[in-house]
Amino acid sequence: MLRDDTTFAIWRIAFFQYAVVAVFLFILSGFWTLQVQDNLIYSEAADRNRIKSTPMLAARGKILDRDGRVIVDNHSSFSAILSRENLKDEHLPTITAGLNLDQEDLLARLGRWKSVPKYRAIVIKEELTPAEIAFVESHKDPDTFPELELVRVQHRLYPKDNLLAHVIGYVGEVTEAELDLPDFAKYNQGDVIGKAGIERQYNEVLMGTDGERQVVVDSKGNEREVIGYKDAIPGRSLQLTVDLDLQIVAEFAMEGRRGAVVALDVRSGEVLAMVSRPAYDPNKFAGRIRRKDWDDIILNPDKPMFNRAIQSNFAPGSTFKPLVALAALEAGVIDDKTTFNCTGGMSFYGRHWGCHLRKGHGRVNLQRALEQSCDIFFYSTANLLGIDKLFEYGDQLGLGKETGIDLPFEGKGLMPSSKWKARTLQQKWMGGDTVNVGIGQGYVNVTPIQLALMIGGIANGGIWSRPHLVNDPNRRETHKLAINPVNAGSVIYGMYGVVNLGGTGGSARLPGVEVCGKTGTAQLYGFDTKARGSAIAKDLRDNAWFVGFAPRTNPEIVVAALFENGEHGPLAAPIVRDVLKVYFDKKSRQVTRTPTLAMAPLGQKGFAVN
Amino acid sequence: MGSYRTLRDLDWGLLILSLLICGLGVLQIFSATQGTKWQNAWWKQVVWVLLGLLLMWLISSIDYHTLLGQVPMLYASMVVLLLLTFVVGSKIFGARRWIALPGGVLLQVSEFAKIVVVLMVARFLTELKTEAIHWRDLLKLVGLVGLPMLLVMKQPDLGTSLTYIPILATGIFLAGLRWQYALSIGVLAALLIPSSWFLLKDYQKSRIETFLDPSRDPKGEGYQIIQSKIAIGNGGMWGRGVTKGTQTKLQFLPVPHTDFIFSAFAEEHGFVGVVVVLGLYFLLLMQIVQNAQTSPDRAGMYICMGVCSLLLFHLLVNVGMVVGKMPVTGIPLPFMSSGGSGMLSVFMMLGLVHNVRLRRFVN
Repeated sequence: MLRDDTTFAIWRIAFFQYAVVAVFLFILSGFWTLQVQDNLIYSEAADRNRIKSTPMLAARGKILDRDGRVIVDNHSSFSAILSRENLKDEHLPTITAGLNLDQEDLLARLGRWKSVPKYRAIVIKEELTPAEIAFVESHKDPDTFPELELVRVQHRLYPKDNLLAHVIGYVGEVTEAELDLPDFAKYNQGDVIGKAGIERQYNEVLMGTDGERQVVVDSKGNEREVIGYKDAIPGRSLQLTVDLDLQIVAEFAMEGRRGAVVALDVRSGEVLAMVSRPAYDPNKFAGRIRRKDWDDIILNPDKPMFNRAIQSNFAPGSTFKPLVALAALEAGVIDDKTTFNCTGGMSFYGRHWGCHLRKGHGRVNLQRALEQSCDIFFYSTANLLGIDKLFEYGDQLGLGKETGIDLPFEGKGLMPSSKWKARTLQQKWMGGDTVNVGIGQGYVNVTPIQLALMIGGIANGGIWSRPHLVNDPNRRETHKLAINPVNAGSVIYGMYGVVNLGGTGGSARLPGVEVCGKTGTAQLYGFDTKARGSAIAKDLRDNAWFVGFAPRTNPEIVVAALFENGEHGPLAAPIVRDVLKVYFDKKSRQVTRTPTLAMAPLGQKGFAVN
Repeated sequence: MGSYRTLRDLDWGLLILSLLICGLGVLQIFSATQGTKWQNAWWKQVVWVLLGLLLMWLISSIDYHTLLGQVPMLYASMVVLLLLTFVVGSKIFGARRWIALPGGVLLQVSEFAKIVVVLMVARFLTELKTEAIHWRDLLKLVGLVGLPMLLVMKQPDLGTSLTYIPILATGIFLAGLRWQYALSIGVLAALLIPSSWFLLKDYQKSRIETFLDPSRDPKGEGYQIIQSKIAIGNGGMWGRGVTKGTQTKLQFLPVPHTDFIFSAFAEEHGFVGVVVVLGLYFLLLMQIVQNAQTSPDRAGMYICMGVCSLLLFHLLVNVGMVVGKMPVTGIPLPFMSSGGSGMLSVFMMLGLVHNVRLRRFVN
């Protein structure tokens, strides 16, 4: 060979060496990125690979009544959870069949969980039946269905027969929309939280902290070691001020009716009973609510989800008259000797205003006007008083604004004033408006709890406390309205007469207890248009109100009852009487059991009435 | 030739480097397979290394000029053996790559074909009489390399068949290629590569697609790449420690003793370990290049550079794959991956390099 030296290739070999250097740098750059720059990302990924955490769900706290009786408890059940990391799509049909699930629903659920890290498992079925438990048990093996898992959970158990449904509320899985709200930022996808009522208001007390079990698994899903174990911290129990004895009686009295009952402790603002009817069964919400149940509740024209006790705004009717009387006495436009002559109708501002008693009550003073609920007396009184003076007292006794009760979504009612009308309706307040408000019609609107609060405030001499269902010293708030006790006494005596001296509320009378009260028949539309006596659609009939308190002196309890479309106020009176009876029956039993407590003398007259 | 060529004259630097890497490989195989059904792989690997050393010595003791003289015969037997795999080959994982020898040993013919290709290219280029390759010679050479490539590709084993290309390309580059040729080859390749897409098998296509986007199929093809990258990243700067790599020990990393041995190593020894091992490989390649530079003749140079380019290609494709910079092709990492045929073939190629070294003072 002539040219068999290698010198010709020297620079080419050198070039090759540079190429080798380039290849090594290229490879090293890959390791630099993965091991030095992004080390943390990948070690986390490795941890996620090997560490599997199963949630251990915390039980919610119990809800108790004022005597410590359990109202809401938990029961233990099994849920099937799905680990999406190991999910194989071809397993879905078997899983949905084995657990009696709807495949569409499950797919939609998986879709909603897309944004949540995959290592977090999701609950796909709660309250498993024995057959379903057996299905999961026999399939959850790492070799067959590694995605399936069985967990024991504590489930909410609500009282039967919708007892206290609106007060308690219900729980449910936090929704996508809620998670976007700032108030819900602390919750995670899949958390079960209170959605309404006490469950919602006191969610943070009731909701525990979920525990977690962390294990190391290999690529097949076999457990290799347990590395972490955090016990679930159950939620704290919550004691309500509600007295189940009163509650049950009130519920029973409202059975089959539409309306609400609120019983408050006049001295403290404690809610002793709260009923709203119709109600819903919170147990249907305890698991995942079925579509049909939801539709039944939501599409019901009687709105069972609506807590009438705090959310319904209705004209108070004649139950408003004690406020008109008190304001007029305080303002000095009448005194307890002032009389008006009722002839069954009267003209104000060029319009005829009728009394509910066509033939008239004759000459009536405040006492008789309250007893007989004479409209003419209160038209005239309100007319003398003027709306703004009335507003002052109504406003200070809690009307037209939230009472601040510890329940979500409270209604405000409406206590009108000339300013209010100018501001919202851009109209001048008319004299006739005042006349109408004088008998609790027209613009004025109250919720049952506001009515109880207002009457309780008058009964207690102008002192009232913010109503509450849970005794929280930090939330206590007492209002004092400076009123002349003599004036308050006159109004109270009138209300005593309503029940005991042949007034409209005689059916609220209780032997041995000085029950005071006021009936109300609130029209849903005006006298003018209403065809009296003719058949009227049920839901256009008058609302029946009764608000009562007892005893007359040092009052302890006030009860307001609204019987929607009940036609006549007197019909609501027995409801209140029943509640009062239980209260005092129970009290006398307790007194006999604990003889150290001095028995309060019943039946004595507290006020010298002129 | 004379009897003065003794063990003393071997390239000891090259030998020590290669044995160091093999030692690390054995340790890594031991660590990665402990408690699995492959837990015997480490001592099998030791046996393969010893066998490889023996073959290396054998190959280095026959003058490479003699070997070059036998190229036509070697080439012919290679083609016959490759054809034979289609007839008597054992089918494993859907490919006929192995010929079963007595004693349960499976021989991967395509691995040994590499040696023949190296020798054949060296001889062909040495016999050229021109300053640069004429296009007719070029076509001939491409045809000669193309035949075994095609046969291996049909087994099917795309990865191994591709390893013949760097031998060819480096040879042509060293022999000298007119720029017009280089340009036309470049244009041709640019046209052929996209159209060759249609010639690929489905699993090969999906591997390339998965390489471009591993998350496309995180439980299937992409799983390996993702888990390999996690293993490497999990190693960090200093590594998790021997037998402490969770990705490796909990079997998230697929085949951590064969194709993915380097990610297992990187998880347990970290970036520092990676730098050390890559440094050893770099010195090894440079040692081979040095032997090319001191070769007594062109044939020796072509042989050494052929071996060097082949090892570089293996390194680039395998390590590039585990680190996510190259698509998944099942080619092993020389000296480290568990497996017999690869180990024997790579030591035989080192034997060729030693062979050249031993004869550098002849002329």
